[in-house]
Amino acid sequence: MRLDPVALLTFLGMLAVTYGARIGGYWFVQRFTVGPRLKAGLEAVPLAVLTAIIAPTVLASGPAESLAALATLLLAWRLPVLAAVLGGILTVVLLRAVLA
Amino acid sequence: MSTTELRGPSDRWRVDFLLGAWQMLPLLISVIPFGLILGAAATDKGLSPLETMLMSGLVFAGSAQFVATGLWNHPVPILVIVASTALINSRHLLMGAALESHMRLFRSAQAYLALFFLADEIWATALRRAAQRPLTPAYYFGLAIPFYLSWLFWTMLGAFVGGVIAHPERYGLDFAFAAVFLVILFGLWKHQRRLLPIAVSAAVALLVWKLAPGVWYIFAGGLAGTAAAALMVRSEA
Repeated sequence: MRLDPVALLTFLGMLAVTYGARIGGYWFVQRFTVGPRLKAGLEAVPLAVLTAIIAPTVLASGPAESLAALATLLLAWRLPVLAAVLGGILTVVLLRAVLA
Repeated sequence: MSTTELRGPSDRWRVDFLLGAWQMLPLLISVIPFGLILGAAATDKGLSPLETMLMSGLVFAGSAQFVATGLWNHPVPILVIVASTALINSRHLLMGAALESHMRLFRSAQAYLALFFLADEIWATALRRAAQRPLTPAYYFGLAIPFYLSWLFWTMLGAFVGGVIAHPERYGLDFAFAAVFLVILFGLWKHQRRLLPIAVSAAVALLVWKLAPGVWYIFAGGLAGTAAAALMVRSEA
């Protein structure tokens, strides 16, 4: 099967910058003293990054997605992850059909 | 399996590994359409299935791979692709830094291997675990290895069979990742009831998403929410 050397070189470049980012933050925090301000920031990273990833889908795609996100949260309050996710997907399918 | 059966460290490894794999199940399912679509798109752009699989195996970063495939051309715009990948994956700097305090049970080599697998899905699930119990290498690799292998498998299959799922939005599959991340976000929020980083991140992410191309909004929102939490320290102290 074909393997173009330029393609391989591209992938190795992508690997270098991706792995660099994945170990870079870890390496920095491990090497240098983390003050209270940086510590508070790092504790907020999970909330902030996850919010940023989903913000366009949840808040700016349309009423079906926003309402389905709300339904997913309500389901997640009581149900396991998989059930809440499937319920959210079902909700978005239904709402898209109804609101379209 | 009852806990009384647990004898040696290898048993604990297996139990933790299997628990990780089990808790990764929703994401193992929701990644399927994305892998198939990416593989099909790569074939469409003229990449061979071997090249597609190598990209998945070496880079292991879904959104960057989608952008790289979109930019793919002849001759390959290698610098543009690598630079775009660096920008898209800059969020991993924040993510790795946030995970560091939860990796005390990892030997150095384990940590640097684990960080190769720091995809959003694995990172988020690992943090959810760390909010409840200390994160073990066995649990982390229980998340990472099945997810890695399934990413390879589904992108490869997509490369071979092409556009099997032509309209994933018809089945709500495009919403699957948002749903999983919402549930994980909700779980983390229960342990750490702070709205400021969420509100600031959402506002900045939306603004940047409207104004800038690509996935800059993730890094911008993440950084803004983080900075907001960091700046609050003085007024709280």
